[in-house]
Amino acid sequence: MPGADKETDLSERIEAFLSDLKRGGSGTGPLRGSAETARETTALLRRVTAQARWSSAGDLMEIIRKEGRRMTAAQPSETTVGNMIRRVLKIIREEYARSRGSSEETDQQESLHKLLTSGGLSEENFRQHFAPLKANVIEAINELLTELEGTTDNIAMQALEHIHSNEVIMTIGRSRTVEAFLKDAARKRKFHVIVAECAPFCQGHEMATSLSKAGIETTVITDAAIFAVMSRVNKVIIGTQTVLANGGLRAVNGTHTLALAAKHHSTPLIVCAPMFKLSPQFPNEEDTFHKFVSPHEVLPFTEGEILSKVNVHCPVFDYVPPELITLFISNIGGHAPSYIYRLMSELYHPEDHEL
Amino acid sequence: MLADGPEKTGDIERIKNEGKELTKEEKQRLRKEKKQQKKNKEKKDEKAPLESEKEKKPASSSPASQATAQPPTQKASSGVPAPAPVPVAASEAPSPVDKPAKSKAELKAERRARQEAERASKQSKKGEVGQQAAPSKAKAPPSELQPVVKRLPEHIQVDNPEVLKKLAKKLERQQIPLRSDYGYKVSLFSHLHQYSRKAPLTQQLSIPSSVIHPAIVQLGLQYSQGIVAGSNARSVALLHAFKQIIRDYTTPPNEELSRDLVNKLKPYISFLNQCRPLSASMGNAIKYIKKEISNIPSQCKEEEAKSKLQDCIDCYINEKIILAAKAIAKYAIEKISDGDVILVYGCSSLVNHILCEAFEKNRKFRVIVVDSRPRLEGREALRRLVQRGISCTYVLISAVSYILPEVSKVFLGAHALLANGYVMSRVGTSQIALVAKAFNVPVLVCCETYKFCERVQTDSFVSNELDDPDDLIVTRKGKTHLEHWQDVSSLGLLNLVYDVTPPDFVDLVITDLGMIPCTSVPVVLRVKNVDQ
Repeated sequence: MPGADKETDLSERIEAFLSDLKRGGSGTGPLRGSAETARETTALLRRVTAQARWSSAGDLMEIIRKEGRRMTAAQPSETTVGNMIRRVLKIIREEYARSRGSSEETDQQESLHKLLTSGGLSEENFRQHFAPLKANVIEAINELLTELEGTTDNIAMQALEHIHSNEVIMTIGRSRTVEAFLKDAARKRKFHVIVAECAPFCQGHEMATSLSKAGIETTVITDAAIFAVMSRVNKVIIGTQTVLANGGLRAVNGTHTLALAAKHHSTPLIVCAPMFKLSPQFPNEEDTFHKFVSPHEVLPFTEGEILSKVNVHCPVFDYVPPELITLFISNIGGHAPSYIYRLMSELYHPEDHEL
Repeated sequence: MLADGPEKTGDIERIKNEGKELTKEEKQRLRKEKKQQKKNKEKKDEKAPLESEKEKKPASSSPASQATAQPPTQKASSGVPAPAPVPVAASEAPSPVDKPAKSKAELKAERRARQEAERASKQSKKGEVGQQAAPSKAKAPPSELQPVVKRLPEHIQVDNPEVLKKLAKKLERQQIPLRSDYGYKVSLFSHLHQYSRKAPLTQQLSIPSSVIHPAIVQLGLQYSQGIVAGSNARSVALLHAFKQIIRDYTTPPNEELSRDLVNKLKPYISFLNQCRPLSASMGNAIKYIKKEISNIPSQCKEEEAKSKLQDCIDCYINEKIILAAKAIAKYAIEKISDGDVILVYGCSSLVNHILCEAFEKNRKFRVIVVDSRPRLEGREALRRLVQRGISCTYVLISAVSYILPEVSKVFLGAHALLANGYVMSRVGTSQIALVAKAFNVPVLVCCETYKFCERVQTDSFVSNELDDPDDLIVTRKGKTHLEHWQDVSSLGLLNLVYDVTPPDFVDLVITDLGMIPCTSVPVVLRVKNVDQ
């Protein structure tokens, strides 16, 4: 039966994606950037919508939630997966509401009036069947995919508004978004970039070679020299792994030190982050926030005689509080960190925050 | 006393005869002025302070402001905004350019006026030749402020071709090879040398060298390859080498030991400077030795003089380094309580000593060692602590904001303490102090008083050391991204060695004189100068 084939095909793809996620997160630098992960997740969800068997929006949402839970469990630190799932769930809700004819606004806003008149829980159970719902949802997901493809370019287009000539810009590690941003500005302006290498993975080296090949004056410094050099820096432009719900960042380790040094010298800190990195998580779970990789990166096995007697830590991420950040540049424009909560409510439905 | 000597030499003779009236520093100053006036007559052009033949103060007497006055004007066109150093560091505006050609009479009158003014002690002199008006420069002995023209050390004037020519001539005269710079230098640091470790100076020497004592050749090689590293280790190695030199020294006929030995030491010091710029502690040790040598009375017999000098050196090492470490450990142990989590950075011999002593005295604590590329000195500290049985944790400096919430105190070592309260130490120290401040963790700096230095500095650019840039290259997973960095013209690698920590990040400085705040460093310098 063609249906069964499709289903096995679908579950195979999901399994392949899950194992990719598990392997890719071994911390030796992302084998795939977040943008690719987001695109693959969305494509997979589109396939699920197209091929899985469901009759009402509620069923579809259940299926997606189930798969979503498995995907986030495979690699908890890869938050773009969870973000895309929440976006798709929101899309389904919207399309359902549109098919039903009710306006979207009233359904979403929590208000005191609504609580009193509707008797507590929302009566939406998404059980009605609408024939064009599938097509609508797939079309909306396609729009989402187009948006995802254009994020880096959208951010890079804003580069000239933020970089003037003869500036000294500092960055850390390797971010494809920041690389595109700086290369776009370099076409018209001349400036100098200082890249902190971000040990132990030393991704800054790749970034520096790539920038210097584009003709930008680049200098590589060690992490220890960040504060020493900061007094000559005009702007700090960084990428991040995730933007948290309070406007803080979960970025590569060393970013908090960079942010503190920038604050001390009153240097603006600009974060280039596309919207799909925005996550409804808060940074208060101590044990789930950090991710560690093998301490071999820090103290190699050649130092064998002391290895067994010491504790070695190799955290991958750093938390940067929102007070240290000046500006977020995303594909829809620039925002202050205090505005992030509002963007969150536009992208995700509050009931989807917990998958 | 000094009033109306019409002849310069007459002055000096009288001073010599009256012996104790003037301090040694004034004598030296007068000699210097004599030489300088001779030079001024030879070349009648306005120039910033010239490199003198006396390498008295290689590192410790340079005003940072004068260095910044030159490079920013040359660098303004390079596209990097560097005007900031000038207003920041140059609180003293006039650079010592005002040495035009003066007539002999004017010079004499000037000198006389200066001497009379100096006699009236406790009056600060401003407006004399090459003056700086900053109260932050606590250079003078307590009873008067020295109107000395500050000489910029050569090693921070690399972008000035005249200075380089002078240096080349001097080294040629002393028969020491000149070391050439390596690789593309970042424009912010074009005023500093950048050498490659693969091209040590000794390759250009003929072995056996007749000019340089073999102990010094060995020492120079050990410095440039990083075998002897750390300011205490370098100073002790230097003093031992000097002892060897004194042992092997014989006074040539018709020469005085006190003059000739000092002259013999000069090419050695130039050589060591070429191998690796001298540290502040080495500078102070050299000053001390030169003073001791020149104080040898002329009627002293050679053997006696030599053994006296060797005793002086032993005494210096014992007092300033070994006993000072014991005293500092005693004070520091009071600050360590049971259950502490102590963070240390890199490998400081003094801090390791303190921790080992505290462990002997049965304090219960654990240590977190923070390390940084490319030197990875923390591993050496880790080995020493683990050998004693102290429980340690090890992280890289990028993880310091992860580990700081666990830490109760931070102990840092210092390379030198500057007269404006800034702490000069291994690069990364200021960063650790910054993050510790943000987390409200107390920062304690441990430093012996012989490392206190009369220089002032506000940023890590004007006076620093650039290490071999190839050290940054690393191979991960079979790929070496920076391998061909020299081929890409717009790529530069920066390997800084030192940085300065502002005094507001440091809560306490523990020295052999006690526990002082960072801002009391000039007071200690003043007290030391009075003692000497």
